[in-house]
Amino acid sequence: MSGPFAIEVNQLRKTYGKEQLVAVDDVSFHVNKGELFGLIGPDGAGKTSIFRMLSTLLLPEKGTATVDGYDVVADYKQIRETIGYMPGKFSLYPDLTIEENLRFFATVFGTTIAQNYHLIEDIYVQIEPFKNRRAGKLSGGMKQKLALCCALIHKPTVLFLDEPTTGVDPVSRKEFWEMLKRLKEQNITILVSTPYMDEAALCDRIALIQNGKILSINTPQNMIEQYPERLFAIKADQMYKLIKALREYPEVMDCYAFGEYAHVSFKGALQEIKLKAYLETKGLVQIEIKPAAPTIEDYFIKLLKN
Amino acid sequence: MEYVIKTDKLTKRFGDFVATNEITFEVEKGEIFGFLGANGAGKTTAMRMLCGLSMPSSGTATVAGFDVYKQTEEIKRNIGYMSQRFSLYEDLTVQENIRFFGGIYGLSNQEIKTKSEDLLEQLGLKNEAKKLVASLPLGWKQKLSFSVAVLHQPKIVFLDEPTGGVDPVTRRQFWDLIYEASAKGITVFVTTHYMDEAEYCNRISIMVDGKIEALDTPANLKSQFKVNSMDEVFFELARGAKRSD
Amino acid sequence: MEQFINFVKKEFAHVWRDKKTLLILFGMPVIQILIFGFALTNEVKNSEIIVLDQAKDQASQQIIGRIAASRYFHIQSSVMNKEKIEEAFKQGKIKMAIVFPAGFNETLLHQGKAQIQILADASDPNTASMLTNYVSSIIQDYLNSIDKTAVIPYSIVPEVRMLYNPQLKGAPNFVPGVMALVLMLVCVMMTAISIVKEKETGTMEVLLVSPFSPLLVILSKAVPYLILSLINVASILLLSIYVLDLPVNGSIVLLFAESTLFIITCLSLGIFISVKTDSQQMAMLISLMGMFLPTVLFSGFMFPIENMPYPLQLISNLVPAKWFYIIVKSIMIKGVGFSAIWKETLILGSITVVLLAVSLKSFKIRLA
Repeated sequence: MSGPFAIEVNQLRKTYGKEQLVAVDDVSFHVNKGELFGLIGPDGAGKTSIFRMLSTLLLPEKGTATVDGYDVVADYKQIRETIGYMPGKFSLYPDLTIEENLRFFATVFGTTIAQNYHLIEDIYVQIEPFKNRRAGKLSGGMKQKLALCCALIHKPTVLFLDEPTTGVDPVSRKEFWEMLKRLKEQNITILVSTPYMDEAALCDRIALIQNGKILSINTPQNMIEQYPERLFAIKADQMYKLIKALREYPEVMDCYAFGEYAHVSFKGALQEIKLKAYLETKGLVQIEIKPAAPTIEDYFIKLLKN
Repeated sequence: MEYVIKTDKLTKRFGDFVATNEITFEVEKGEIFGFLGANGAGKTTAMRMLCGLSMPSSGTATVAGFDVYKQTEEIKRNIGYMSQRFSLYEDLTVQENIRFFGGIYGLSNQEIKTKSEDLLEQLGLKNEAKKLVASLPLGWKQKLSFSVAVLHQPKIVFLDEPTGGVDPVTRRQFWDLIYEASAKGITVFVTTHYMDEAEYCNRISIMVDGKIEALDTPANLKSQFKVNSMDEVFFELARGAKRSD
Repeated sequence: MEQFINFVKKEFAHVWRDKKTLLILFGMPVIQILIFGFALTNEVKNSEIIVLDQAKDQASQQIIGRIAASRYFHIQSSVMNKEKIEEAFKQGKIKMAIVFPAGFNETLLHQGKAQIQILADASDPNTASMLTNYVSSIIQDYLNSIDKTAVIPYSIVPEVRMLYNPQLKGAPNFVPGVMALVLMLVCVMMTAISIVKEKETGTMEVLLVSPFSPLLVILSKAVPYLILSLINVASILLLSIYVLDLPVNGSIVLLFAESTLFIITCLSLGIFISVKTDSQQMAMLISLMGMFLPTVLFSGFMFPIENMPYPLQLISNLVPAKWFYIIVKSIMIKGVGFSAIWKETLILGSITVVLLAVSLKSFKIRLA
């Protein structure tokens, strides 16, 4: 069986507990074959619930979803044969070594390490020197690599990665995304979730999600282009003072810290000289004002504030 | 200049493993000090020593003017601590958490009462005061958690990855709280994996393999490494790391 | 099959690498056997006994009347021959039998001295010695009452025979009990914890999302504990034979077969608990409160069931450990064969089938 999409989600809904807390609120999206699709949103946005429904671990309350053309409820057995899943907590056995973990997951999926070694080789060679070390004693970055190897060892057609970079340092995160790009070349469809906005730009397409709802689905490039206002980056010697001053300035529509700059949008056209003078009266020096290119994070902030 | 943290060759060994290797630095009063490093670089170990939770192997350090070897009780009374992993009791209400943490830091009932009212007002949590913490969104929890950590007006507050997994708007609101605390003279010692947040710090240190490899203002570090972002500074330094936890 | 074997290997690695738990697992039986060496004294009420009255005269009837009136005894029936007594003991129907020889009254009156035979089931040594003491004091009371009219003092000599455990060693009583306890603890708690642990670390998620059958996941988690438990049975028996000097009178093979049955009962319970809980603490708490306590209370090894109020006696029938305790006691001490314990085995087996069915049925193929 093979439909046009690797993953298709239709009006999926999930609530929890007696209070019927809505975790996933009528979500619909699709992922093309071979696509690297990102679910971007903060903790508690509903990303994990979506992942669990798609990986047949949870029953949807309403709506339908297919993975590889198989229905997540009726054909759960077929889905379990074909997908790779890496849960948020990097599920490994802390008391087993790297090699034992990998071998175990290979057997569980009815394969051997040798059979699909080419798929994981790139990643595995980085941790192989420590193959006799127990997984519980590995760093976050190494655990993450091992967990990815374990999820890949049976050559899945669709790979589900639930927050693979949470709690991992920026260097390991960067390495991890490079690995994902190489996996894409093997024609594996990847659905990945992350709370880090800067990672969104590395996906083919992304869905921004908050409070169980998808706010927007598009390519990162299109999202940035859709940003409605002109955005400026403003810098001064004291960030907090700068932001406070800008918020009091009547022409400012929105203003927030963004790295070393404050990102600011204005109600009308920017009168740079007037603004600079105003900021100087507030005791700020080394003022720099320049146009800024919006990022996914700016776009997300915009959506959240609406 | 008044220093609230001062260390000299502070070292912690576990067997023959040197987790923290002769780190020397000072943190000024009211400063927002970013403490960065890859996983396993020795951040947690260093932070534990400074909080009086772990005895250094060698070197000296004072926190809020107290010695980390002998005056750990005094240190604990003068610091606040908040981490991403543990912050508040999920099965207690907002109010009960405030009362509990105020209590363990020795605030009187009257003080707790007035302070918790101010705090709830400031965070806009008045209507949620009697709700269980578990029912709050993560971002609110983190903000509440920070406010509770500075309730007793400590000299220093230690924040261990306080904004992990929080949405970008709430993350910025969280930093507003940090700025406010700093403006009130509370020194903020913070670790983070978000490099844009490193920019918000007055000064940052970057640990690699147990040693502090860089320590300066974000602007100076960027010019020192001739790069445009903190991300690149961090990458330059951490790439050479030999070990990880 | 290869998958299954690999899975079991991994389970053994978990057990083997957790040295503390390993120590508890194998240290516990030894320590319990030693601790329970201090026998416990319990009061006994309404013990089933039978009387063989070959005299049927005034004296024997009066003594029987006094025994019947006592709250300690319940005379089940009067039988006519000794074979019946033997049979009743083997079936565990009675705790004691009293035999009056023919011409009891006459011997007593003319010779001033008569004998009574008291047979007690000493596989429960506390109860046995207590019961014989009670009978002796009842006989003494009777003698005191007739002595007032007599010229010379009469005497009745009770000839006491302790069946099955002539030296009245306390140990056989608790060895089966410790066996039930240890198996309960190892199988129920350890199985439950090891499964719940996978839920906690999140590895269960990955296993569920694999083509590996969830049923096999459970089975392969049970295998190591089955083997460990059999090792524990062996070590308890070795301790009992070589350290406490208590031989196994019945068939060792039968004993192991029955132990395996009980272990499976416990494993099913463990699986059931693991299905219903999400944290290790919860699993531990339920295992201890829900399984361990009833075993101690209702297996009959610490507190005689016959002393309990009727509703509790009924409840005790649902406790698998009770049946296992009876079975082990019968095999180890009485040395009986399968024909004597088939009923208990059948009950235990039925409980096991029900538990296994319920726990496998409630095992979810999804998270919630």
